[in-house]
Amino acid sequence: MIPGPFAYYRPSSVAEAVGLLVRLGDEARPLAGGHSLIPMMKLRMATPEHLVDLAGVAGLKEIRDNGATITIGATVTQAELINSELLLRRLPILRETALQVADPQIRSKGTLGGNVANGDPGNDMPALMHCLNATYLLEGPAGSRLVPARDYYQGAYFTALGQGELLTGVSIPVPPLGHGYAYEKLKRKIGDYATAAAAVVLTLVDGRVATASIALTNVAATPLFAEAAGAIVLGSTLDAATVKRAAAAAKAITDPATDGRGTAEYRREMTGVMVSRALMKAAARARIGG
Amino acid sequence: MAEIEKLAVSLVINGKKIQRFVEPRTLLIHFLREDIGLTGAHIGCETGHCGACTVEIDGQSVKCCTMFAIQANGSSVNTVEGLANADGTLHALQEGFRQMHGLQCGYCTPGMLMRAKVLLSETPDPTEEEIRYGISGNLCRCTGYQNIVKSIQHAAATLNGRTLQDAAE
Ligand SMILES: Cc1cc2nc3c(=O)[nH]c(=O)nc-3n(C[C@H](O)[C@H](O)[C@H](O)COP(=O)(O)OP(=O)(O)OC[C@H]3O[C@@H](n4cnc5c(N)ncnc54)[C@H](O)[C@@H]3O)c2cc1C
Ligand code: FES
Ligand code: FES
Repeated sequence: MIPGPFAYYRPSSVAEAVGLLVRLGDEARPLAGGHSLIPMMKLRMATPEHLVDLAGVAGLKEIRDNGATITIGATVTQAELINSELLLRRLPILRETALQVADPQIRSKGTLGGNVANGDPGNDMPALMHCLNATYLLEGPAGSRLVPARDYYQGAYFTALGQGELLTGVSIPVPPLGHGYAYEKLKRKIGDYATAAAAVVLTLVDGRVATASIALTNVAATPLFAEAAGAIVLGSTLDAATVKRAAAAAKAITDPATDGRGTAEYRREMTGVMVSRALMKAAARARIGG
Repeated sequence: MAEIEKLAVSLVINGKKIQRFVEPRTLLIHFLREDIGLTGAHIGCETGHCGACTVEIDGQSVKCCTMFAIQANGSSVNTVEGLANADGTLHALQEGFRQMHGLQCGYCTPGMLMRAKVLLSETPDPTEEEIRYGISGNLCRCTGYQNIVKSIQHAAATLNGRTLQDAAE
């Protein structure tokens, strides 16, 4: 399997990359780790005539602590997320999720930007970005703009990214120290996309849920922010009845496809199981101080 | 579409500087096997699943069936051909696979060896669980993995100055 022919460009700045994407038009695409794009090109599901490699673009490799937020550059790889001491300390759910993406080799190439920009419903990072209420930093011919992750996804492979625009990074509000978190993913084997997965971040005050955010992977055409499920657990001690109601609220917003991973019914049911497990794990971690 | 210009790629392969011209769409695995004649890295699935094509690039494990050769411009690439010691004796991993029967047909072996090399550089004394997660991107259809895990344990023991008290299944 050999991809179709294309011309290759290696810009060194964001401005140059955007300039190329604008000049080359519809048939041009950014190339990051290539671990989603190259498989699609082999299958002729993507036939770009021009690839603009982001590997040489300066300034996209940084993980920066701004205090209340952390910004992560688009070409930071999943392996780099796993190895970041800063993220382990302040945003450990990123490491937990990245470790459940694909396998070690793929994580050395796959980037955060490529994972979230693409709009592939199977990818794990977009739901995590919903859970954390991240903002995407986009740079295009008309300058830069900020798009909340929760507004970015419009359908499978259909996003708010405009012609000639590049995602340069994500900005994540850091949850308070001692927050609980969990990313629970059901998959058939390592390297598989989720049958269903749930991301949870919560805080507890005196054993009761003070804040909670829940998001879901691969159970609809886009990642889902399970707002109602999060609201249900507020003020509770996460007793069995409350967790069950939250899981039911999460299941209610899913619309999974029947595929090799199971029937729609099974995948919806598993969404509830992932939400329950993630809530319990997050709560246990919050109690011991994150 | 107009004819696409070939691009210069220069890289270091197993310590040797190499420069060639490639079509941008040339995959690194094809470049290594067909242009350079290094057929150690195998093609199993060509989809990023099996790990038979795993090589080491700048200290990281990469499935080079899912990478263009041009993306490796300026990099240092190590393949299984460069694994043995300079004096021709086997690398501890190769010796481990030999002693613990870490292969049957051998198709997955170059990928397993090159993945295990990086795993041991990152985690010099891994637990069995760390080994199993570490090679989770490499499929073997023959061995059932038991002896591959033991082979890597054998190599880790050697590299840490111990002797593995275990036998192949
Ligand atoms: C065998 C296998 C298993 C996998 N399993 C998982 C899994 O379990 N979970 C998971 O989440 N992912 C999985 N992946 C996908 C992997 O994580 C991808 O590498 C990742 O999703 C895309 O990142 P990339 O850097 O490789 O992007 P690329 O493939 O380079 O790009 C993907 C798309 O995004 C566009 N793009 C890239 N960067 C930008 C940018 N900065 N701005 C705008 N557009 C951009 C590209 O033009 C392209 O359309 C798997 C991949 C493989 C091959
Ligand atoms: S041939 Fe590259 S992963 Fe199978
Ligand atoms: S020894 Fe045959 S595939 Fe591993």
